[in-house]
Amino acid sequence: MSVVENVGLDHAELLRFITAGSVDDGKSTLIGRLLHDSKSIFEDQLSAIARTSNKRGMEKMDLSLLTDGLQAEREQGITIDVAYRYFTTPRRKFIIADTPGHEQYTRNMVTGASTANLAIILIDARKGVLTQSRRHAYLASLVGIPHLVVAINKMDLVGYSQDIFNQIRSEFSPFLQALGLRSVEYIPMSALAGDMVVERGDNLNWYSGKPLLDYLETINTEHDINTQDFRFPVQWVSRPQTEAMHDFRGYMGRVESGSVKVGDPVTVLPSGLTSHIREILFYNDTLKTAFAPQSITLTIEDHLDISRGDMLVSSGGQPEITREFDAILCWLSEQAFDSGRKYIVKHTTRMVKGLIGRIDYRVDINTMNHEVADTLVMNDIARIGMKVQQPLVIDEYTKNRGTGCFILIDEVSNNTVAAGMICNS
Amino acid sequence: MNKMNQRLNFTHLDALESEAIHIMREVAAECTNPVLLFSGGKDSVVLLRLAEKAFRPSHFPFPLMHIDTGHNFPEVIEFRDYRAKNLGERLIVRSMEDSIQRGRVVLRSEGQSRNPFQSITLLDAIEEFGFDACIGGARRDEEKARAKERIFSFRDEFGQWDPKNQRPELWSLYNTRTHPGENIRVFPISNWTELDIWEYIGREQLEIPSIYYAHEREVIVRDNSLVPVSYLVQPKAGEHVQNIMVRFRTVGDMSCTCPVASHARNVEEIIAETALTRITERGATRMDDQTSEASMELRKREGYF
Repeated sequence: MSVVENVGLDHAELLRFITAGSVDDGKSTLIGRLLHDSKSIFEDQLSAIARTSNKRGMEKMDLSLLTDGLQAEREQGITIDVAYRYFTTPRRKFIIADTPGHEQYTRNMVTGASTANLAIILIDARKGVLTQSRRHAYLASLVGIPHLVVAINKMDLVGYSQDIFNQIRSEFSPFLQALGLRSVEYIPMSALAGDMVVERGDNLNWYSGKPLLDYLETINTEHDINTQDFRFPVQWVSRPQTEAMHDFRGYMGRVESGSVKVGDPVTVLPSGLTSHIREILFYNDTLKTAFAPQSITLTIEDHLDISRGDMLVSSGGQPEITREFDAILCWLSEQAFDSGRKYIVKHTTRMVKGLIGRIDYRVDINTMNHEVADTLVMNDIARIGMKVQQPLVIDEYTKNRGTGCFILIDEVSNNTVAAGMICNS
Repeated sequence: MNKMNQRLNFTHLDALESEAIHIMREVAAECTNPVLLFSGGKDSVVLLRLAEKAFRPSHFPFPLMHIDTGHNFPEVIEFRDYRAKNLGERLIVRSMEDSIQRGRVVLRSEGQSRNPFQSITLLDAIEEFGFDACIGGARRDEEKARAKERIFSFRDEFGQWDPKNQRPELWSLYNTRTHPGENIRVFPISNWTELDIWEYIGREQLEIPSIYYAHEREVIVRDNSLVPVSYLVQPKAGEHVQNIMVRFRTVGDMSCTCPVASHARNVEEIIAETALTRITERGATRMDDQTSEASMELRKREGYF
């Protein structure tokens, strides 16, 4: 067994997932059901939503009210921004990014998806696969989410029909296979009645798979992170300059991928200078090895000029050092792309000026067709060519999420205007 | 074999810890003049340990600051000073009493909760020192409005939060840029729950103010809450004072922070109780958050943490 295979991120105790679907798919009810049946809802929250349900003249308690956050949303009865929810079972801690499914909120889904391991796509069993179901699955794959759960909801309204479930699955399956996700699971359920969410219930006995929560608790996410290629963007250089630590220089940062051990040869990029790892420090401990996503401090054998924005790499494939690269871009800002403008590119711990040199095509996210475009507006997805003022140390996003992503910041407004995923091939 | 052990030991607390350290280092590297808000409460105690893990063997690259409402529990203030001294870090205290003296804050009555007015003293202090980033211990599980707030939460020159116009926050690429006069609130423990905090306090063996543990206290039962008797809160006609075992889940303004009945004398017993608790932390203990369903959102819009 090789050394590298032995180390890596153990996500076993933490799973981040997103839920995508429109208001009508019962997404909020599903989240409410997960929280309620896993006993993560507090009594005061329950009594608050009972009061509101009552005020609105509803007969039963509306679990979807649990996830309605801001005042404006409560008034309009829709979810307008990413909200984060937390629940814990004896097996795992879960972080849910609850993202709205409405068309103009592509940017919210991309935002919520950027840190997720898994996406739940909700489908209304009565309506089957809709344009937006494909759109959500496409966006999830674009942002590199490895695992997908297709939750075929409202089975109670189609008589818990196995035929309808099978029909939807075979209709959606060719599309999802083409997206190249690591895993896809189809689960029939009724979030309203509680079937196959936390409890199996008595109505879907023909289904032999796991209920949703059981599936979420046991899915293997060990291979979701790149364990091969050591990447360590330097965040901060520690120089205490005290009597006792006069010569101490610690390079602080987070291992973005792969692992490192004491004695490993390292290359500093973009300079290309080399040295060896002397110590791996973590607070009061001295470690022999470190792996993604640990935040640590490294010292090296030689005195080199290293500062924030540099990257230490060692084992595995080398990243590319370049001033030009291609990327898939999601435009996030209400202000349209301005071709005459320079933007600030934030990539790992490095910030440089850059411009979009060309737009290859824009993706129609309903048909996945490519179309010609000379500008980009909010929610547009496009393939572009970037040019930057100083070289960046990059990997392809599909090989390395942490070193393959970047954001664009408008120099004047300071707003985050776009999110990019590098694709050089 | 050694490595296998390490990997198996990487728990959800380790993941949350590493995320928080990464966030703090980003603040230090990219912001010009940051400050860490330290109240002596349990969440900010956790922040201090995270800052130690982020920056030792150096000093913190920012001072600590407390906005003292003058309504704090004396045990907490004592602990605040002890902890800052113990760490050897600089502590700035700005008090609401000064804001009242200078006419910046006008209260209707002495016993009134001072929580809503903290924002004024905080904004004045931010201006006084020119801070461009305030690291705080807020968590998304505390309240509905917080659930939608970014980790790096941008405030305009009036200290206001605009929930409908937040900067998109992707991966862990945080946008820390501000114009002069604007600032950013940074919440490194956004993704932690109350239970995570207690588990971390237990694991790291962190000292916390004594009132977090069960102790005997004079309280009045008022609207299903246990209201602590102090010079600010006295029994009304018909109310009677009881002496019972309680602990605090949050330690804010003495006039509106209520303890819960408890016999938990150590972190393990608190964890056991928290895992079973059926009422949210703020629902149980903060009378000012219950006034309307949107009360926290309104306060945040006005510049609250």
